Amino acid sequence: MVRLGETPSQTVGPFFSIGLSGEGENVLVSDVVAGDRIRLVGRVLDGEGQPVGDALIELWQANSLGRYRHPDDTRDEIVLDEGFTGFGRAATEFETGEYWFETIKPGRVPDPEGELQAPHLNLIVQARGMLNPLFTRVYFPDEEEANRSDLVMAMVPKDRRDTLVAVREGDEPAVYRFDIRLQGEGETVFLDV
Amino acid sequence: MTEPIVRHYGHKAYTDHPPFSYPDYRSTVLRAPVKDMVSIVQTLSESTGPGPVWSQIAEEDADLTTNAGTGGTAIGQRIIVTGKVLDENGDPVPHTLMEIWQANASGRYAHWRDEDHPAPLDPNFLGAGQCITGEGGEYRFTTIVPGPYPWPNHPNAWRPSHIHFSLMGPALGTRLVTQMYFEGDPLLPLDPIYNSAPPHSRERMVAAYDHEVTEENWATGYRWDIVIRGPLATPIDEDHD
Repeated sequence: MVRLGETPSQTVGPFFSIGLSGEGENVLVSDVVAGDRIRLVGRVLDGEGQPVGDALIELWQANSLGRYRHPDDTRDEIVLDEGFTGFGRAATEFETGEYWFETIKPGRVPDPEGELQAPHLNLIVQARGMLNPLFTRVYFPDEEEANRSDLVMAMVPKDRRDTLVAVREGDEPAVYRFDIRLQGEGETVFLDV
Repeated sequence: MTEPIVRHYGHKAYTDHPPFSYPDYRSTVLRAPVKDMVSIVQTLSESTGPGPVWSQIAEEDADLTTNAGTGGTAIGQRIIVTGKVLDENGDPVPHTLMEIWQANASGRYAHWRDEDHPAPLDPNFLGAGQCITGEGGEYRFTTIVPGPYPWPNHPNAWRPSHIHFSLMGPALGTRLVTQMYFEGDPLLPLDPIYNSAPPHSRERMVAAYDHEVTEENWATGYRWDIVIRGPLATPIDEDHD
C-alpha cells in the first residue's frame, strides 16, 4: 500500500498565543473533579540554561481512576469526571520560562501487557526555535515502587530516568516541579512516541 | 473488565521533517536535544490524545475577515483556503480541530511582542481562526493573504507569507504544527524555516492556486491538503492476521 508522506512540522514561532490562546487552559480542575489536587510547575531551559520564554506546554492525562477521555479508552466501567478533559495548555512566562498547571494526580493506566503503569502526565513541548514537538512524561517522586515496575520507564537508560521524575516542592495542594532541559547536561528524556 | 483499544501508529517519519538543529535558523541551535530520543512501546497514553475531546469543545470560527467582533472587515486580499486532512494511509481525518493564526495584510501580528516592524495593525483583524474537519476530512477558511515580515535571524531576513496550522489528530503523536506557504512566493528559497524541511517534502507545505476554489466577485482560492500520522492497521485487522 502506498503511504502518503507526512506534512513537515514547523515551529510554532513567537506568536502562537494568538491561535493557541491558552487563557485559563492551564487549569484542568473544577470543584467537581475527583482526585488529589496537584500543581505542576517548571521551567523550560535551553542548552545554556537560559529560560525559554516562548514555549508552549501541552498536557494530556488520565483522570484519577486512570481513564482517558478518548473514544479508544472503552473501559466504560471506569467513571469519567464531568468537566475534566485531561487536556491543558500553558505558555511559559516570557522573562522566567516558568509554566504551571493545576490538575489532579492521574490514576494508573494499563500497559499493553496488562500491567499497570506508574501514574504519569504526558507533555508535548514546542517553542520558537523548535522545528518539531518534543514528547516527555512526568512521573511522581512518591511512587517509587510503581516507577520501578513501569514499562516505559524501563526503556529509558538508567542514568537518565531521574529527568522524568518531578521534585516535590510543597503541600496542600501538592506542588511538583518538573523542569524541562532541552539540551545538554541533565537533558530531559524525550520520547519517540 | 473491558479491554481498551490500543491502536498502533507508525513512528513519526523524522526524515520527512526538519532536523531539530538547523543552524540557518539560529534559534534552533540551543533548543535542540543532543541526546538520543528514547523509542517506547505505545501504550494507551500514546494511542489516545486530546484531539477528540478538544474538537468536541471547540467552536467553529473559520472566517478571519469578520471574526474580530468589530462589525468591520479585515483589509487585504480575501482568499479561501480549503483542502483535506488525511492520514498517511490516505484515510480522511474527520471531526478534528484545526487552529490557525497569521499576520495581517501588512505583515504584522496582533501580538505584544511584534512591536519592531513599523507596519500598521488592522483593528478588524485578529489573525486567528478555527475549523473542524467534515466527514471527509475537508476544511475551509476565509481569510486574507498575510504579508511577509522582517525578522532578526540574519541581515535583511524576511519570512514569506504563511499561515500557521495546528492539528491534534486522534493520538498523542499525531500532533502537528506546521505552516502553509503560497505557491510562487519569491521569498521561499531564502527562508531558513521553510528550507529546514528536507527537499523532498518541503513542497508539501505549499498551497496551490485553484481556480475551482476561486469565487467570482468575492475571493481567490487556494487548495492545500495536510497529511498526519495514521494507525498502521486497525486492531480488528490485527485480530484476523
